[in-house]
Amino acid sequence: MSNLSSSIWEKDEEVVLKLHWPEEEMERIIVTDVGSTTTKARLFKKVNGEWRYAESGESPTTVEAPYENVIRGVQNAVREIEELTNYTILSEDGKIIKPRKDDHGVDFCCTTSSAGGGLQMMVAGVIKTMTTESANRAALGAGAIVMDAIAVDDERPHYVKIERIRNLRPDMILLAGGTDGGTTKLVMEIAEIIAASDPKARLGVDYKLPLVFAGNITVRPEIKKLVGDKFALSIVDNIRPVLEEENTEPARMAIHELFMEHVMSHAPGYPELMEWADLDILPTPAGEGMAMQLIAKVEGKNVLGVGLGGATTNVYSIFNGRFVRSVSANLGMSYSISNVLREAGKENILRWLPFELEESELVDMLRNKMIRPTTIPHTLKSLVVEHAVAREALRLGLQHHKTIATRLKGAKIAHRMVGEMMEYRLRATYIDMMKIVIIAGTGGLLSHAPRRAQSLLALTDAFQPEGVTKIYQDSVFMMPHLGVLSTAFPEIAWNIFDKDCLVRLGTVIAPVGLAEQGEKILNVNMDMPDGTNFERDLEFGEIIRVPLEERKTAEVVLTPKSEFDVGAGPEKVLQTTVEGGVVGVVIDTRGRPLTVPTDFDARKEALIKWFKSLDLYPEESMRDWEK
Amino acid sequence: MTAEETEKVSAEEAYAYTPGLKVKKAIEVLRTRMLPIPGEVLVKKKEDVDFDTKVARAEVPGMPSIIRVNEVINIAPEEVKNFMVKNVGDRVEEGEIIAKYTPFWGLIKRFAKAPSTGIIEAISDITGQVVIREPPIPVDITAFISGKVVEVISERGVVIETPSAFIQGIFGIGGEKHGKLSLVVESNEEIVTADRIETKHKGKIIVGGSLVTLEAYKKAEELGVNGIIVGGIKGVDLKEILGYEMGVAITGHEDINTTLVVTEGFGKMNMSIRTFNLLKDFSGYDAAINGATQIRAGVIRPEIIIPQEKYPIESSDESLERGMRPGTPVRIIREPYFGKIGIVVSLPVHLQKIETESDVRVLEVKLEEGNVVVPRANVEIIEE
Repeated sequence: MSNLSSSIWEKDEEVVLKLHWPEEEMERIIVTDVGSTTTKARLFKKVNGEWRYAESGESPTTVEAPYENVIRGVQNAVREIEELTNYTILSEDGKIIKPRKDDHGVDFCCTTSSAGGGLQMMVAGVIKTMTTESANRAALGAGAIVMDAIAVDDERPHYVKIERIRNLRPDMILLAGGTDGGTTKLVMEIAEIIAASDPKARLGVDYKLPLVFAGNITVRPEIKKLVGDKFALSIVDNIRPVLEEENTEPARMAIHELFMEHVMSHAPGYPELMEWADLDILPTPAGEGMAMQLIAKVEGKNVLGVGLGGATTNVYSIFNGRFVRSVSANLGMSYSISNVLREAGKENILRWLPFELEESELVDMLRNKMIRPTTIPHTLKSLVVEHAVAREALRLGLQHHKTIATRLKGAKIAHRMVGEMMEYRLRATYIDMMKIVIIAGTGGLLSHAPRRAQSLLALTDAFQPEGVTKIYQDSVFMMPHLGVLSTAFPEIAWNIFDKDCLVRLGTVIAPVGLAEQGEKILNVNMDMPDGTNFERDLEFGEIIRVPLEERKTAEVVLTPKSEFDVGAGPEKVLQTTVEGGVVGVVIDTRGRPLTVPTDFDARKEALIKWFKSLDLYPEESMRDWEK
Repeated sequence: MTAEETEKVSAEEAYAYTPGLKVKKAIEVLRTRMLPIPGEVLVKKKEDVDFDTKVARAEVPGMPSIIRVNEVINIAPEEVKNFMVKNVGDRVEEGEIIAKYTPFWGLIKRFAKAPSTGIIEAISDITGQVVIREPPIPVDITAFISGKVVEVISERGVVIETPSAFIQGIFGIGGEKHGKLSLVVESNEEIVTADRIETKHKGKIIVGGSLVTLEAYKKAEELGVNGIIVGGIKGVDLKEILGYEMGVAITGHEDINTTLVVTEGFGKMNMSIRTFNLLKDFSGYDAAINGATQIRAGVIRPEIIIPQEKYPIESSDESLERGMRPGTPVRIIREPYFGKIGIVVSLPVHLQKIETESDVRVLEVKLEEGNVVVPRANVEIIEE
């Protein structure tokens, strides 16, 4: 870590001051994530002066009846760690022992939470594509699920907006609108609609709904007068002080503060959990997002991250320093699996299957998974079907992310050339896959894949990396844990991340362009670390794997042909260093955009060829599919 | 077995606890019926209530309707107050003039009329908007089940208790309904086809076997059948019934007349024999059903409640609390043995490799055709 900029490792000095021991003497940290179904505890421990992951404990979340107290689930998860490690963390009355004494207790404790559906927000602004869009990004960045975005110009009549606001029952509202000194009338118009709708908080009718105002600073007195009594109002800096600038940080911080003060404090068992935790409780996706940011900071590169869960798919991008999160609330691998079917369509899922499956059988399989979400594939066929669904969930998740990760609309573009302006209009998103250096995935399906190549190919097929891209995934689910920990101790969090969490799957080399099948499009010349050389001319339509171990590198010269671009420009040679991984270096000359044959026989042949090349599934089964 | 081993095995067994859907012949069912906001409770403690008895009422604040008065009479927003003929707190009728602007000695006349009946709640001099609050909307809560009021929650609702047979489904659509149970098949394996549904089934809850066809469901809805309880339904038919492709399993508010409760899953699936026999036993009884399903956090399964005094109340099944062990009856809930019922033979402690090459916790189950090994995540306990 010595070669890294020291600014990455800024500790939270306030936290350090509150420590019972000097930081150097800390030895054990417990971090929990109170998920919507499972509470996951992770114990981290200092071993020979180095922070490492030690053990996991998991237990059902107890936010619902009959327990209605999240502490029970946290205690059960921690007890599992105690049993597995033979180390006492809880006192007899079930409290975390802090400060640590010689042979029991922990030095530090923190948590994330998404129990009860996580933080659910409504955002509002004046113009749909400007202030409302910025408010949406701020809420998402704070880890919220955005239930609706209301704008003055969103074409819904007043009564429809009012009905929607009354029915939503969010945890919090973020209201933006107007640049500083800009429109007051339109900001007040949307504020009056919200006030008249009088929305009620989800977690009870007896307390005021939190509302963050991050709009035109000149209307603050009027906003206070209008909603100050009805809502728990928090006023922060304008999210769009001028059209050319988006300032989401003050709104994000206010959301986290109100999440603790108003939302979490009304959830059953949370007041006690808040007492246990040495840091503010963060929404789970906020923790996951921080972990992704940590990767980007340490590597100093553009990162695209994804959390493919049972209910939702979160996509994170850190592109040229800008962090954006999107959540596809109903794209997931269990609870929401039927929604992937609805959004992607049957054909798009079936196109990833190397065997025949009736559409109605596919529908029944996925609907049965939806109603019994904790079941796991027993047959290889059902595993391959789930991998097919995962590709589509990931593809749609990224598609959605690109609609959030957009350039600021409304900003002046007067100095741009005409050509540039055309490009600007055509490509609203700034995410350029050629400039994404790392793709990192997390989530049950990816981490439970029996062969790592399965998750690498799912990510590759869905995200279609371009040029040279490293692919990571987590070994044990702990990104939210390390994310929240990184807010206080980034160096400790990274050490654990690097050693015990991140699995380097490998590097994907994918030239951009299209050609006829069989046409030679790329020459690869690789100097391997053992002194050998790998050289090959690859044809269009291939995908191959060159073994290269994790933490090893190889020098490679890539010579694209036929206008193909591998990062240096069309037909330009690229000389670079590639990193290995548990899968190795994967050279993907199937073209970008990737197309899968529509004819069943051709598709089957192509898929089996690709799967065999990466040794994706058991050889015998793949031979059976060929018959 | 040493004490340590016993402890380890019991921990494994606790892990293996997979709750099944409840199928009970006679239990005390308690249902809390709550208003969304405070209101008035209409029944007293110990009072007997029927399925349709209204037990509580509240008045939800009316909808606000907003009119841009400044734009209607073409004045500046800050001038609106000067031209209002009605003020905050005044009651207005729909179409009544609330503001008028008559410059040039009345040569130009512009009026703003109330878009709805209600009370003027706010007049904004920044936007020129006027908010009219419509009259409150009464919301009634019915008992849903017949039984006795055992608790009154002041201003919020009641708790009703009834000795009942109780069955949970796996998935449903449509809301609360009640009617007499009527079997339209002879066995749990038979398919409910359209020809089995007749006019005499109007207002009833019909019970089928392994599948209800799309035509049968449509006919039932047309004839005014209140509900259908069946083992399975084809996933592709669901779209036809709802008119849209369902994404997530949060149901209960569909705009359909015939509530559907599926007990096993999607596709043709024999209704569990225990469920079928129980429904058969109570044929002709009044039953309350609700298709509402929520699979995410705070799981809600569809339910069938049959108030009855035929059988004495069963004591709670302690074996369930102990989890799964050799001898526990289970149902396999995923292919390749989906729907098969068997008895747990053993619960190996160590992870085992299955066909997918995943290392998972498994159990050995004795089926009619022999013993099989399946992931523990893919079975559920049959509550007996």
